[in-house]
Amino acid sequence: MNENIQKIREQFPFIVQHPQSIYFDNAATTQKPIEVLQSIQNYYKNINANIHRGVHKWSILATEAYEAARKTVAQFINAQDPTEIIFTSGTTHSVNLLADCLFNTYFQSGDEIVLSIAEHHSNILPWQNRANKFGVHLKYATLNHLYQVDVNHLKSLVTEKTKLIAITYVSNTLGTINEVKEIIQFAHQHNIPVLVDAAQSIAHLKTDVQQLNTDFLVFSGHKMYAPTGVGVLYAQKKYHSYLYPLSSGGGAIIDVDLHKTEFADVPLRLEAGTPNIEAVIGLADAIHFINKNGGIHQFYLLEEHLKNYLYQRLFELQDQLDIYTTLQSPSVSVISFNVKNQHPFDVGTLLNNYGIAVRTGHHCTQPLMKHLKIQGTVRVSLAAYNTIEEIDRFIQALHKTIKMLL
Amino acid sequence: MSQNKILKIEKELLDEFELFGDDWEAKYNYIIELGKTLPAMPNQYKTDDYLIKGCQSRVWLKADKENNLLHFMADSDALIPKGIIALLLKLVNHQSADEILNYDFGIINKIGLQQHLSPTRANGLVSMINSIKQYAKAQ
Repeated sequence: MNENIQKIREQFPFIVQHPQSIYFDNAATTQKPIEVLQSIQNYYKNINANIHRGVHKWSILATEAYEAARKTVAQFINAQDPTEIIFTSGTTHSVNLLADCLFNTYFQSGDEIVLSIAEHHSNILPWQNRANKFGVHLKYATLNHLYQVDVNHLKSLVTEKTKLIAITYVSNTLGTINEVKEIIQFAHQHNIPVLVDAAQSIAHLKTDVQQLNTDFLVFSGHKMYAPTGVGVLYAQKKYHSYLYPLSSGGGAIIDVDLHKTEFADVPLRLEAGTPNIEAVIGLADAIHFINKNGGIHQFYLLEEHLKNYLYQRLFELQDQLDIYTTLQSPSVSVISFNVKNQHPFDVGTLLNNYGIAVRTGHHCTQPLMKHLKIQGTVRVSLAAYNTIEEIDRFIQALHKTIKMLL
Repeated sequence: MSQNKILKIEKELLDEFELFGDDWEAKYNYIIELGKTLPAMPNQYKTDDYLIKGCQSRVWLKADKENNLLHFMADSDALIPKGIIALLLKLVNHQSADEILNYDFGIINKIGLQQHLSPTRANGLVSMINSIKQYAKAQ
């Protein structure tokens, strides 16, 4: 086994404790390193108190750890200022929160939002639900021959009425990397802000919001080795005056009268209610874990090696498989396929019996499934703790599975 | 007394599964083959009206009541769910509503397949059983 992978593998108790199981569902959620597990326990043993309001030492400790986490996340994505980091419960919440604000302060009837057909439902429904009420129109860019968002088609959809482009960095179903930088440059030439859905890129591609020059970016902690229940909405400072949500509550205010409220600044006015404090701190410790092991690019390199091998092995079977990417497509360590004429559910069920966890179904991308004219796919998604040996075992199991279904 | 009819079929099925022991591949092969024996369901019935909600694959189930007996037809676009519904129909097809409603559908646990059915599948199974019971309760 690759030494570097072995070193990472050892840090994941779940992986160590289940050597016979193969976990290939990392795009859904990653396993957690010991550092993050200890962080959660340490928080409840030594810190636990509510943040931002107490004068006692525990509340101060908890607040310090929570705000330190904000700085750690800001550094991780190279935000200019920690106030640009808004903690949420996850990507879905982040998009909804942003949509809630922008429909409150920014969009007008007749405006248009440009998305792609490959978006996760979490980057469609928050816009669709509100757009229908507010008279805002959604437009969808299609895919090119590499299964990426077709940038030329996207550009052709933009008009004077376009007020936002919301696009995924990496397709959660296909694993393909989209040309977000080019899209952002084009959008800014037309004074259109861009939201990048980084849920599937955050654990694989180094994220630098200043270099990308994105206006908004969202991701979840649990897909990058952190606990579930924490996510981030990054919002460039120049947009903070638009960030007034319709839903609000405790912690978000400076002064409340019975009929009027003076709100706090961003990020606090967007973090109403008691947040998931231990998950926020756990996210910072997941970032420490990533940095300690060489940074995201080191994870990318390990995964790239695994991905190339996985792609090669699957493309060897292309007579028996429908594969929804190409060897030329820029991608992360995710791939979707079907066994020809077989339902992904059957394939996933049998693979599960061989001890291999893969995802089957529409992956919350039904518009993409309709575009591809399929019910669903089998999705394999790797992390840096997976191995070449596991891929070999998976291919063996896939052979047996195909045989059983024929 | 009439309850014995379903239990008798269950006993026969359990005897067959006993031969497979812990060999899950053999069990699944049996299930898949069983699905292939299901009489064809006319396409006109493969509509949302007969679709069972809660399965990752599509499963259609239709029943007609005649002389207080329930006659089922079913299909699925996936092989394993089709085999599972075929297994259930072996027990309940052409039985009376009372017999069906008195049966506990314990067979999946008893053949030791429950542990091999993923949660979504298990939910699909519950939906299939509920759908059979609803047909039995209707009218």
